[in-house]
Amino acid sequence: MLYREAGQFKASYQEDAQIFPIRQDRVGFIALLAFFFVVVPMIANQYWLQAILTPVLIFSLAALGLNILTGYAGQLSLGSAAFMAVGAFATYNFMLRIDGIPFLVAVVLGGLCAAGVGILFGLPSLRIKGFYLAVATLAAQFFIVWVLVKFPWFSNYSSSGVITAQEINILGFAFNTPETKYLLTLLVVTVLALAAKNMVRSTTGRKWMAVRDMDVAAEVIGIRLMRTKLQAFAVSSFYCGVAGALYAYTYLGTVEPEGFNLDLSFKILFMIIIGGVGSILGSFLGAAFIVLLPVFLNIFLHSFVGAALPPGFGSNLELMIFGGLIIFFLIVEPHGMARLWQIGKEKLRLWPFPH
Amino acid sequence: MMMNDMAQEAVAAGGGRKIGEVILDLQNISLRFGGVKALTDISFDVRKHEIRAIIGPNGAGKSSMLNVINGVYHPQEGRIVFHGEERKEMEPYMAASQGIARTFQNIALFKGMSVLDNIMTGRHMKMNAGLLSHMLYFGRAQKEEIEHRKKVEEVIDFLEIQSIRKTPVGRLPYGLQKRVELARALAADPDLLLLDEPMAGMNVEEKQDMCRFILDVNDQFGTTIVLIEHDMGVVMDISDRVVVLDYGKKIGDGTPDEVKSNPEVIAAYLGTSH
Repeated sequence: MLYREAGQFKASYQEDAQIFPIRQDRVGFIALLAFFFVVVPMIANQYWLQAILTPVLIFSLAALGLNILTGYAGQLSLGSAAFMAVGAFATYNFMLRIDGIPFLVAVVLGGLCAAGVGILFGLPSLRIKGFYLAVATLAAQFFIVWVLVKFPWFSNYSSSGVITAQEINILGFAFNTPETKYLLTLLVVTVLALAAKNMVRSTTGRKWMAVRDMDVAAEVIGIRLMRTKLQAFAVSSFYCGVAGALYAYTYLGTVEPEGFNLDLSFKILFMIIIGGVGSILGSFLGAAFIVLLPVFLNIFLHSFVGAALPPGFGSNLELMIFGGLIIFFLIVEPHGMARLWQIGKEKLRLWPFPH
Repeated sequence: MMMNDMAQEAVAAGGGRKIGEVILDLQNISLRFGGVKALTDISFDVRKHEIRAIIGPNGAGKSSMLNVINGVYHPQEGRIVFHGEERKEMEPYMAASQGIARTFQNIALFKGMSVLDNIMTGRHMKMNAGLLSHMLYFGRAQKEEIEHRKKVEEVIDFLEIQSIRKTPVGRLPYGLQKRVELARALAADPDLLLLDEPMAGMNVEEKQDMCRFILDVNDQFGTTIVLIEHDMGVVMDISDRVVVLDYGKKIGDGTPDEVKSNPEVIAAYLGTSH
């Protein structure tokens, strides 16, 4: 009953094209931002900030990147983790080799490097589609990790290829506690998520979706397929690259090339399948779900079943649940949890008098 | 040839609308796919402001003809002159930027997008804001979005689809989808509009609506229209001149009346009484 748009008239096209056309949504979104920016750092303990909320945000950003490419532009990719690796290692090298470079500039440059590599590995998309393209991007996954291991220059000749993130320092303020790292991550993710939303509601996004839905018609109304697909690859890889940089700097602190393996790429793909293909919100829901499920599963198993379980049972059960859910979502709701949320909102608008 | 010229003058004089100079001239077009000859030595022209129909039995090469005009297929022989300029090697997006828009025989809408977004996409050629501006959704991007939304709303009003503007096109019935496709083509402000069977699969009322829209577009926007249609009643009623194709060859060209009485056309397409 509270969620009703009656009486909210839109008098201009500008008002009609808002991100949240319904006032309750706008208020809700601002409240949510305030909660995560102000309340969470005060109430959450270090474990939650460092081991749960920060990775959720970083994976959301990576999922968002993949969602731009797969969900909006319709190009399947299995190379997300590799693009994250490019972002992480490029940022590391910029920080290392350029004296006094501001952290955020290094992150953006790292993202741009990832975008360049993304364009390179997006070139096959001009000729091949769907499943075959996924296999071509698989080449990116293995090739990039191989390059980072093979050439020790990228990890500054450290043994075993591990890089240790330098301290983050922005305008003299050191980001070295879980709270500050969490806030920095949240800020970057919020800005990039809003930018993504803006892109998909303007011509850029409409071109991506046109190519996804019907490429012949898109070409005939004057969309240049090559440029549009490569642009999607570039933007997507940029997002993944920034996510990779944050993964190294605000989450783990030390990373190695093998950390960005195919498993991570699949994990990001599962996030968008469960969260919602072609939805900004879905990227966040999917990432939160996949990071949080093992945590809750663990708590559940420990408190209800106790120590009687064989070791490894929890992680196997987790895989089974993921597998089952992915099949479930692909069959029942291909647009994922974001679509469920949307259906819920539509029902709520009419509740309690649906006729 | 003389007959044709006289007929055009007659149409120009009698129609009340100003039919102007030739804007599209196709000369000796031949198109082959390997050994299959889709089009053989076809020549015809399209004059500004007219409604030009292409008819013919299934497989006659009508859709191939449209694909040649908007650059999807590249004919092996022949010249295409559009707006007085001979066309070189061309891609579909170049045809679009020269002002050629089209609809498809099987609806080719962007199924995951709303009606409004589909039509806005049709207008993208007129929008120049860059990626960064879109990311910020500020300044030029926002200004363009609003300015072009106005134009798009005019098209929406014109085709009477106001009530469905936020509906995803996948949910619409067939007749409305056809109309949205026409809207998307119109949003580009085309000089030349190619319609591939705009009335296929429609009932009588929907056909009447579509005829009205086509005539209104032609009349109010001055758009030149080339259309493929199987409904002879419609073709004979709304078109100024008709080209008849059969097995990739041109077998007739002229006003509807001339075509109707052409014995070759009757034999190939309209049917003979035995």
